[in-house]
Amino acid sequence: MSTIDQIRDDVTIRFAGDSGDGMQLTGTLFTNTTALLGNDLRTLPEFPAEIRAPQGTVPGVSSFQLQFGSHQILTPGDECDALVVMNSAALKANLSLLKKGGIIIANTAGFDKKNLNLAKYPEGINPLEDGSLSDYELIQIDVNQMVKEALADMDLGYKDQDRSKNMFVLGLLYWVYNRPLDSTIDFLNQKFGKKKPEIAEANVKVLKAGYYYGETAEIFSSRVIVKQAELEPGTYRNITGNEALVLGLVAAARKSNMPMFLGTYPITPASDVLHGLAKYKKFGITTFQAEDEIAACASAIGASFGGSIGVTSSSGPGVALKGEAIGLAVMLELPLVVLNIQRAGPSTGMPTKTEQADLMQAVYGRNGESPLLIVAPKSPADCFEMAFEAVRISLEHMTPVIFLSDGYIANGSEPWKFPDSKDLKDIKVEFEGPRHSEDEPFMPYRRDDRLVRKWAIPGTAGIEHRVGGLEKEDVTGNVSYDPDNHQKMTNIRRDKRDNVANNIPLQEIDQGSESGDILVLGWGGTYGSIRTVVHQLRKEGMDISHAHLRYINPFPKNLEKLMKGFKQVIVPEINDGQLVRLIRSEFLIPAKPINKVKGRPFGVSELKESITDLVNNKIAPAF
Amino acid sequence: MSVETLIDNFVKEHEADLTALPDYSSKDFASDQDVRWCPGCGDYTILKQVQNAMPELGIAKKDIVFISGIGCSSRFPYYMDTFGMHSIHGRAPAIATGLKTSRPDLTVWIITGDGDSLSIGANHFTQLLRRNVNVNLLLFNNEIYGLTKGQYSPASPTGMVTKSTPFGSIDHPFNPLALSLGADGSFVARTMDRDPKHLKEMILRSHKHKGTSMLEIYQNCIVFNDGAFELFTDKKSRPQEAIYLEQDQPLVFGKDNDKGVRLNGLMPEIVELGEHYSKDDLWVHDEKDSTKAHLLSRFFEHPANGQGVQFPRPFGVLYAVDRPCYDEGVVAQVKHAKETQGEADLDALIRGGETWKVK
Repeated sequence: MSTIDQIRDDVTIRFAGDSGDGMQLTGTLFTNTTALLGNDLRTLPEFPAEIRAPQGTVPGVSSFQLQFGSHQILTPGDECDALVVMNSAALKANLSLLKKGGIIIANTAGFDKKNLNLAKYPEGINPLEDGSLSDYELIQIDVNQMVKEALADMDLGYKDQDRSKNMFVLGLLYWVYNRPLDSTIDFLNQKFGKKKPEIAEANVKVLKAGYYYGETAEIFSSRVIVKQAELEPGTYRNITGNEALVLGLVAAARKSNMPMFLGTYPITPASDVLHGLAKYKKFGITTFQAEDEIAACASAIGASFGGSIGVTSSSGPGVALKGEAIGLAVMLELPLVVLNIQRAGPSTGMPTKTEQADLMQAVYGRNGESPLLIVAPKSPADCFEMAFEAVRISLEHMTPVIFLSDGYIANGSEPWKFPDSKDLKDIKVEFEGPRHSEDEPFMPYRRDDRLVRKWAIPGTAGIEHRVGGLEKEDVTGNVSYDPDNHQKMTNIRRDKRDNVANNIPLQEIDQGSESGDILVLGWGGTYGSIRTVVHQLRKEGMDISHAHLRYINPFPKNLEKLMKGFKQVIVPEINDGQLVRLIRSEFLIPAKPINKVKGRPFGVSELKESITDLVNNKIAPAF
Repeated sequence: MSVETLIDNFVKEHEADLTALPDYSSKDFASDQDVRWCPGCGDYTILKQVQNAMPELGIAKKDIVFISGIGCSSRFPYYMDTFGMHSIHGRAPAIATGLKTSRPDLTVWIITGDGDSLSIGANHFTQLLRRNVNVNLLLFNNEIYGLTKGQYSPASPTGMVTKSTPFGSIDHPFNPLALSLGADGSFVARTMDRDPKHLKEMILRSHKHKGTSMLEIYQNCIVFNDGAFELFTDKKSRPQEAIYLEQDQPLVFGKDNDKGVRLNGLMPEIVELGEHYSKDDLWVHDEKDSTKAHLLSRFFEHPANGQGVQFPRPFGVLYAVDRPCYDEGVVAQVKHAKETQGEADLDALIRGGETWKVK
């Protein structure tokens, strides 16, 4: 059998194994190599919330999916072309995600009696042997044995040998998809080279063994070539959402010439924000791991009172705890950036699974009338710009801003044409200056025409003043229980929020015409799926456009007019209908919902089907 | 490009408007707001003594911040003509930690009560002490919830009848000083509203201490728990019931200084001075001795009390030691990173490791 080269526009592959099999690292390394080759790509890491769920079981399976291609890639792909399974549980958990005719690369060592039992296959049944996989191209390799042989001349313990078996499949896939090994070899040498050179050597050996096995064993009918994508010219890097978020914050601190203070508490999937920022102390960034979510937010408010950019990061359950403190920041009219990397809820929910169900919490989830700003990145790389925007708006308008990301874009990655720092906007911060005794007395709640008060920080002579959570008298900021004053201040806080609409971009149509039959309106992490679906439907002749909200509270000024140019507005969301309800109540537009809450992003085909069915009246809107 | 955002530069910039320290009087620290505590409330004396102590700190008003939580005592910042924040229930230590850590140049005071710090904010209270953030905390203890009109607090004695405990409280109370010592507080002291001189002295001592200074102040709530501390504050009973601690001095008390406390092993004993015992036999106070501090903090709940022995309540500094402050450590790390990690190049950071060009 000789191998032929097959050119493909795009490929989706999925690595699946036990939590301890290193599938996330394998996926990430394949992604980095693929990005460096110039393919466009999107990734979807999926892992259990347990650090080490019972070995060999279905709940313990950890997976990493990526789609890469020679054209624009906006989703991690619906079904995979190739599925790597390190054990029988991984096959069981992931087979439904593989295309008919797709490749299964199975590590037969993970299909022994013990593993089959753990994966709860019926007694005596081995899916590799019973013909049930005849619809697929099944490639069976005893990876454990291969690794053992590759490392025969090295004096390594069983554990270290076993740990390098993911490199074998990585090497094999590099051969199948024509990827070079050098970036991964560099990584291994950097990671282990100094401290444990023998581990680096072993991993490189196994990686190469996998590659050469593909070359010599002639087990694949074809080798796949995916050419460079035609991306916009420029310099690119690969980046995950949480990494981009961290860089956006650092950039905003630099562009505003302000110190930044992150008060936070570890929580999935937001902890990487802390891990990231903690490294960047030389940029004037202080990170504080507080005793709880409340203290995390409160410390950020304290720092903000003192003239730092106060930031707090969390996920839904943590944001619920921060609610009272966020309300304090609304009352104090101080900058505060609240990062919510959403996950499936309610309560603890599914910590490692994605959802967009905290929008209502962000808009309304505090006591009293408590208006604040909401921004939402649409993709991993967009986290950079929207984090920057969150800081900019917070500082320029002296207001809390909630940044709504989600687990999918936080952990997912894509190529990013990163900006030059000199092209980033400058952020203007206005401090109240010192006063002398003969000057007019300082009024902490005096505002400019945008209704913004000045930042009056301790250390400035002559402006000593008190703020607090009790209702403030207009202008003086003194405590006031006056009925008319409360009405006035409530209106002011609302109008101040609404005025931010003058300082954000107008809503643009992402794809399609400015008016027509159907507008699909999305927000946050659904961008890639919606864009891909609308692109396909337009090609098929449907009069459909796509707009994606990144600024939600307030909405862009032209949003109402824009939506009214369409006969139908459809709002797909990974929740039970939140933006759609805001749109309906705000604009009295009968927007139609498409919802899903399965802890995963929309698949392209399912979303396409839902939109088509809704448009053709095959299904009625859920509500 | 130089790093302009670093905290120390920021602080330097703001030091530029430092004028010579004015010759303050206590009035300079009173704000223009009417004080709205109940007539006769112990809070008035505390406010007065804090205002009296302020000119002696040698700190400009602009660099002083009072942060409070919620409760009667937490209205305090409104009455001080300094920077201030009346925040949310129990969270003042967390807010103060953020402020002091990002602005070590400021002198930060936390004003709190037994409800604020020992129940809803007990977590933040103990974490503050553990971290040893360089702030001063004044714990107004009146053993009752005043602002919510008379429910028992975590400091109320067992059996206390209040609105929420009509049959008597069955909660075991916190001992604030023992709790503070247990949380590794580096400065733990007690004073009372009815002894203004000692109160002011303790406020000044709190300020002098580097690290978290925890000063418990017995404060009379005239409406809901009047006379809770009368035994110690009444001039007649005070000599018998209170003992004032002074560094290197023996533990003497009594109407005519005729009694003392000696240590029998780790067991404190009350002795009569004269025939059998002299001052030389007594326990000599040492603020740096944590074992003794723990014993002092538990005088009134000491097992010996079961045998009908009434120990005097200690006032003064039970414990004061130097240990590293959290805020100093944070600033040192930032400084070290700046000095050793090379230029803070934003473009290099954004670029990251591996990149590729598309033409």
